[in-house]
Amino acid sequence: MGNRIGLEVSLSAAEAVKMANVDCIAAYPITPQTHIVEHLSELVNDGHLDAEFIPVESEHSAMSVCAGVSAAGARVFTCTSSQGLALMNEIVHIVASMRLPIVTILANRSLSGPLSIWNDHTDVMSIRDCGWIQVFANNGQEVFDHVLFGFKVAENENVMLPLMIHIDGFILTHVIEPVEFWEKDQVEKYLPVFKPVHSLHPDKPVTMGAFGMPFIFSEAKVAQDEPLIQSKSVITAAWKELGDITGRYYKPVETYRNDDAETLFITQGSYGDTVSLVVDELREEGKSVGLVMDRLWRPFPFNEFRDAVKNADNLIIIDRAISYGGQGGPLAIELRSVMYGEKNQPAITNFICGLAGRDMTIKDFKNIYQRAMEKVKGITLEEDYEYYGVRGK
Amino acid sequence: METPNVYAYKLITRKEYFSPGHRACQGCAEVLAVRLVSKALGRDTIVASATGCMEIVSSPIPFTNWRVPWIHVAFENAAAVASGVEAGIKVLMRKGRIPKKKINFIAMAGDGGTSDIGVQALSGALERGHDFTYICYDNEAYMNTGIQRSSSTPFGAATTTSPAGSVVPGQVTWKKNMPEIAAAHNIPYVATACPSYPIDLIEKIKKAARTKGPAYVHILSVCPTGWRMPPEHAIKAGRLAVETGIFPLYEVDKGRYRLTVKVENLRPVGDYLKMQGRFRHLDEGMIEVIQKRVDKEYKKLIKKME
Ligand SMILES: Cc1ncc(C[n+]2csc(CCOP(=O)(O)OP(=O)(O)O)c2C)c(N)n1
Ligand code: SF4
Ligand SMILES: [Mg+2]
Repeated sequence: MGNRIGLEVSLSAAEAVKMANVDCIAAYPITPQTHIVEHLSELVNDGHLDAEFIPVESEHSAMSVCAGVSAAGARVFTCTSSQGLALMNEIVHIVASMRLPIVTILANRSLSGPLSIWNDHTDVMSIRDCGWIQVFANNGQEVFDHVLFGFKVAENENVMLPLMIHIDGFILTHVIEPVEFWEKDQVEKYLPVFKPVHSLHPDKPVTMGAFGMPFIFSEAKVAQDEPLIQSKSVITAAWKELGDITGRYYKPVETYRNDDAETLFITQGSYGDTVSLVVDELREEGKSVGLVMDRLWRPFPFNEFRDAVKNADNLIIIDRAISYGGQGGPLAIELRSVMYGEKNQPAITNFICGLAGRDMTIKDFKNIYQRAMEKVKGITLEEDYEYYGVRGK
Repeated sequence: METPNVYAYKLITRKEYFSPGHRACQGCAEVLAVRLVSKALGRDTIVASATGCMEIVSSPIPFTNWRVPWIHVAFENAAAVASGVEAGIKVLMRKGRIPKKKINFIAMAGDGGTSDIGVQALSGALERGHDFTYICYDNEAYMNTGIQRSSSTPFGAATTTSPAGSVVPGQVTWKKNMPEIAAAHNIPYVATACPSYPIDLIEKIKKAARTKGPAYVHILSVCPTGWRMPPEHAIKAGRLAVETGIFPLYEVDKGRYRLTVKVENLRPVGDYLKMQGRFRHLDEGMIEVIQKRVDKEYKKLIKKME
C-alpha cells in the first residue's frame, strides 16, 4: 500500500478523487463540503490533476453539468450538502433514470429550517427514493476507499447508475484521521478507464432523456429499478476486490459483538464508532449488547440485515432524521417493515437524536439503552418513538 | 443577408438532421427554426434541449427526430447540460481518448426555459465562457403547458395566465430583452433571427457555431396555436414582426452592433398586432402605447450601431 498519513477527511476525499483520475468536477460550495472542492480546485490549478474544474453558479447546475459530462462519456465528480442537495434534487432523480454513473459525496448536514450547518441525516433521507446507490462511509479511510469503489461500481456496465457516498459533516469532514493511500498501479488495476455503454458523439448519434407516455413509463421505471437491485452483486464483488488489495473488507451491514447480544443498537454513519465504545462499556457492566451498522442504504441489504439481528430480542434504532407525522424516524420506519413477518419479532424502540450536530456522548447512548430497556419492559410502550434529550419533552 | 438572392435558397443543404414525422402543430415556425438550425449546424453537432414544445414533439420513447446526438435533462438547465457536454468532450479530446475534431455544442430552449427559469444556468454558462451556442426559440409564452405568459410575452398579449379581462387587459409588462441581457455578458457573438428570413438565420447560426466561446442566438418563432392565428400566416407574421420594428434582426459581433435586415420604412405595429387573436382585445389607445414603445426601443438599438 501507499503512505499512511494523518489528513483531514475532506482532503483525503479530494485526494481519492484525484487518484480516480476524474475528467471533470462540477461543484458549488456549501458548508461542510467546502474543503473537498477547495482542495480539488487546488489539485487542478497546480497541475496535479488533469481535469476540468467547472465552478458552476448553483448546485442545480452542478448536477446538470455532471449529467452532460457523464453523457459525453467522461468521469465526473461532485459533492454537496443539505440545501445544495435540496436545490439539485430535481436533477438527482433524473440522472438515475438516465443511467449516468456520477459519483457524489454528500457531507451530511441538516436541512433548513431553522438554518443550521451541522450534521444529521435529514438531507440523506430527503432523497432516499432517488434511484442512486447509496453507501455510508464512517471514517477517513472508508471515505478514501469508497471514492474508488464508487466509480468502479457506478461505471460497471451492468450497473450504470449514480452513486452517493454519505459522510457525516464536521464529525468526519473536518477531522484529521489516518489514511492509507493506494499505489497508482493498484488504482489503475482496480479502476480502469471509464468505458461508457452509450455516449454523445456525432459518429454514433443517440437520443438521451426522451419522454415516456403512460404506455411505456412503467416499463422504463422497472428497467431502472432492476439494475439497482441487481447492483448488489457488483457491490459485493467490488468490496471483495478492494479487500484483497487493501486488507479492508467492507460489508453491506457491519456488526460488532452482535452474535450473542440480546439487545442491538442499529446505526448509520459515524455514530457506529461511538456506539461500539458504548457496547464495550455496557458489556463490562454485564449487559448483553451489540451493534449493527447499516453501510449499504440502497439497494437495501435485506438478508444481511435480518441475519445480523436474528438472535436479538431488542433493537434500538438510532435515527438522525424526522419523518414529520410518521411512525418514527425514517430508518426505524424502514427497518420495522424489513422485520415484519419475521419469525422472531424483536421489540423495536426508536430514538431520534443528534439532530443538527447536538452532541451525543457515550453517556447519552447509555441513557438511551436504559430508556429502551424500560420501554421494552412495558413501562411506556405507548410511544413508537422518542426524541432523545430534547428540553421540555 | 446583404443581398437577398432567389438562388440563395437553393443552396441550403438538402440534408435533414431533424427528421420529418415530428408532432409539432401545423404551421409551427418554432419547429421550422429547429430544422433550419439543424441544417446550418450539420452533422458534427451535439444538442442539449430544455423541456418544452420542441423537446416534446421530437422525442416520445421509442421515437426520435434527432439525427445528431441529443440530450434532454430538464426544463431550466439546457445551458448547464451543454456546459457539461462541452467540458466532457474537450477533456476526452485533450487526453487522447477520442479523436480531436470540431464539434458544435448547442443548448436550446424556449423563451420560458431561457428568460425565466433558465436564466441563471444560462448566465453561469455564458460567464464561464464555454465554447457553445445557446439558441432561444422565442414563441413568447409557455406553449408546451398551454400558452401561459412568460417574461418574454409582449405587452398586451392575452395568454392563459394573462387573460384579457375586463379590468386587466392581458399582459401588462414589457417583453424582457433577452438578447441585450446575453450581450451584457460581453460574449463574442449575439444575434436575433427569425425563420421567415431563413438565409439570415442560417448565416447567423453558422457564425455563432464558428465563434470561439459562448454565442447566443434569439429566434422569434411564431406559434400559430398560441398566438391564435391561422397556421398559414406564420411566415407572414414573422416578416411583419421585423418590418414593424417589433423584432429587429441584428447581431452583436464582438461588441459591434449591426442590423442584418434593414427596413426602409417601418410599418405600423397594428399591421402585425391585428393579424393575431392574442391582441384582438387591444383598442387603438393601447396600440398607440405599443407603437411609441417600439419606436423608442428601435431608436435605442439603431443608436448602438453608430
Ligand atoms: C421545473 C419545472 N417547472 C415547470 C415545468 C413545466 N413546463 C414544462 S415546459 C414548460 C413551458 C415551456 O415554455 P418555453 O420554454 O417557452 O417553451 P415552449 O414550449 O413555449 O417552446 C413548463 C412551464 C417543468 N417541466 N419543470
Ligand atoms: S404550440 Fe406552438 S410552438 Fe408548440 S408545437 Fe404548436 S405551434 Fe409549435
Ligand atoms: Mg415559449
